[in-house]
Amino acid sequence: MPTQEEIVDALAGMTLFSDLSAPELQGVAHSFDERYFPAGERVIRQDLTGSAFYVILDGEAQIVVDGSPRATLGRGEFFGEVSVLLGEPPVADVVALRPLRCLVIPGPQVEGFLVAHPRVMFRMLQAQARRLRNANRWRS
Amino acid sequence: MAELSARRRKERPFAPGTYPLVVVGSGPGGIQVSYALSRLGVPHAVISADEGAGGMFRRWPLFQRLLSWTKPFAPPHRESRAFERYDWNSLVAEEPEYRSLMPEFMDGSSSFPSRPEMERNVAAFAERAGVAVRYGCRWTATRRESGPDGDGFVLETTDGEYRCPAVVFAIGVAEPFVPPSPGSDLAVHYAGTRPAETYAGRRVFIIGKQNSGFELASGLLPWARQIILASPSPAKLSVNTKSLVGIRARYVQPYEDHVLGGGVSVLDAAIERLERTPDGAIRADLRRTDGGGDLGVEVDDVIAATGFVAPLLDLPALGVATAGRSGVPAQTPWWESATVPGIYFAGTISQGATGLQKNGLPPNSGGVHGARYNARVLAGHVARTRFGIERPTAPIDPAAIVDRLVEEATGSPELWHQKAYLAWVASMADDGGWRDAGIQPLAHVLDAPGPDALILTIEANADGAIYPVVYLRTARKTVERAIEPDPFLDFGGPDQRRQFAEAAAGLSGAVRA
Repeated sequence: MPTQEEIVDALAGMTLFSDLSAPELQGVAHSFDERYFPAGERVIRQDLTGSAFYVILDGEAQIVVDGSPRATLGRGEFFGEVSVLLGEPPVADVVALRPLRCLVIPGPQVEGFLVAHPRVMFRMLQAQARRLRNANRWRS
Repeated sequence: MAELSARRRKERPFAPGTYPLVVVGSGPGGIQVSYALSRLGVPHAVISADEGAGGMFRRWPLFQRLLSWTKPFAPPHRESRAFERYDWNSLVAEEPEYRSLMPEFMDGSSSFPSRPEMERNVAAFAERAGVAVRYGCRWTATRRESGPDGDGFVLETTDGEYRCPAVVFAIGVAEPFVPPSPGSDLAVHYAGTRPAETYAGRRVFIIGKQNSGFELASGLLPWARQIILASPSPAKLSVNTKSLVGIRARYVQPYEDHVLGGGVSVLDAAIERLERTPDGAIRADLRRTDGGGDLGVEVDDVIAATGFVAPLLDLPALGVATAGRSGVPAQTPWWESATVPGIYFAGTISQGATGLQKNGLPPNSGGVHGARYNARVLAGHVARTRFGIERPTAPIDPAAIVDRLVEEATGSPELWHQKAYLAWVASMADDGGWRDAGIQPLAHVLDAPGPDALILTIEANADGAIYPVVYLRTARKTVERAIEPDPFLDFGGPDQRRQFAEAAAGLSGAVRA
């Protein structure tokens, strides 16, 4: 089990949180739970409501659509935001590829968290822009 | 051990030796799981370091009044299953005479039982239901062992060694924890708080803004000169989160004093260091996490309401992975260690099986009213998977499926106390008929490969609405359908019956509402 300080250190090394001050990072680590998923466990279930926003602290997760693997995510990457932001069920399963530790921001708290931390929102927007660019490249 | 009478020592069951299953702990979790295992015919031993049943309620809460209520005059009959919805503190039994014992011990002064009342409630259940425990036997270490019958565990105890292929730890989350920081030795943990009157006229700094911090603040309001509560994250109130996440209504008075300027300060700040001043006070240096400037305060006492962790001894070294602030073991949906098969958890430590946490709402496994059902379902799972003891599933009359859905949605205490966590399952048999597959973890049934099933939960959203949800699980996919909420939480109205019928028809064709 990582300590609160270790979680703060992990967050500090992530692009998503790179603009936050040390006290702000401590507030984030203290506000949200860390969860562990063994390899093979479903973290997010396609088409089922009520999920959350996950930031990977350690391990790997696989995005699976209709049973087909689509992408792999690792430390510092995040998932679940599309469903939470749109208020719609996820369009993919996310499965722990190997033991996975995540910081979890519950869906109903994501808007308040992003509004309170606009630099995190900006970093998330940048990440989404990259994903969109890559998706467009793949299609063309 | 030395305090056990000669008579009780002579009567002690479960001498060290080899058992098919060992349960460690005699709090509500240990007593509940042992009771359920016994009713299923699962042979097992129970050991406990304590001198009697009750677990943490033999000592806490500090101010001797629980956070969980029991309403003796709720609408359902006291010995009925439906009454359990209104009784968060009794253990659950098959026999009506052992059900809902809590009201018997309450003096009527509060719907929140006192600590001694709760302790008597758990002890009475153990005694009347015949739950045998070897008290005064402290588990001290664990190791793995391979034998002719497969892998197992050796539990070292103060009485000797216990060998078993599987073990259920019901050891609570009650080991005081203070995160290390400069000067943290100047803080006394919540568990070491002195009698309230000794804080008369003193300035008290409380680290932590969860229930234990606000319980302390509430208890010290009549005595302390000044109270400051601080932690890095903002205080949450249960009435705002619409869940048990946050400060319960009973402890909100200090928060109201804060917002009304009544002498209590509630700060969002990390504690940088504590230092003794030359005049014997304690100085706390704080870094605000809400964007404000750094602060320094001088106080007479610092109390760390920084929570408790699970007393796992050497289990992490054995490979048991843990997660979260309380360091509880990461668990499968059936409360088995996610990393060490054969190690199970019951009681408040079962919160390590986190479930889906839909809409950000965690299960109530940290309280007796949630953990008691986890323990019962766990006992059934262990009986089935390790002992081959399977209770036959009862057929459900197809004409009565909607009645049954309404009945479970309206009155099932398992579904009400463990929202979006425990589910009632009606599975489809090979002959096309419905079978009652009982209460199961939602995270398991959603991911199970089959058979086709109708899965019912009670769920809640962030707006505070409470409503049933029906999932249709087929080999192809699982479909979720929320049933319309009702202001009186009665889901037997014509609109809801029609929706239940439509949901059930998804598996079996037309169903009469």
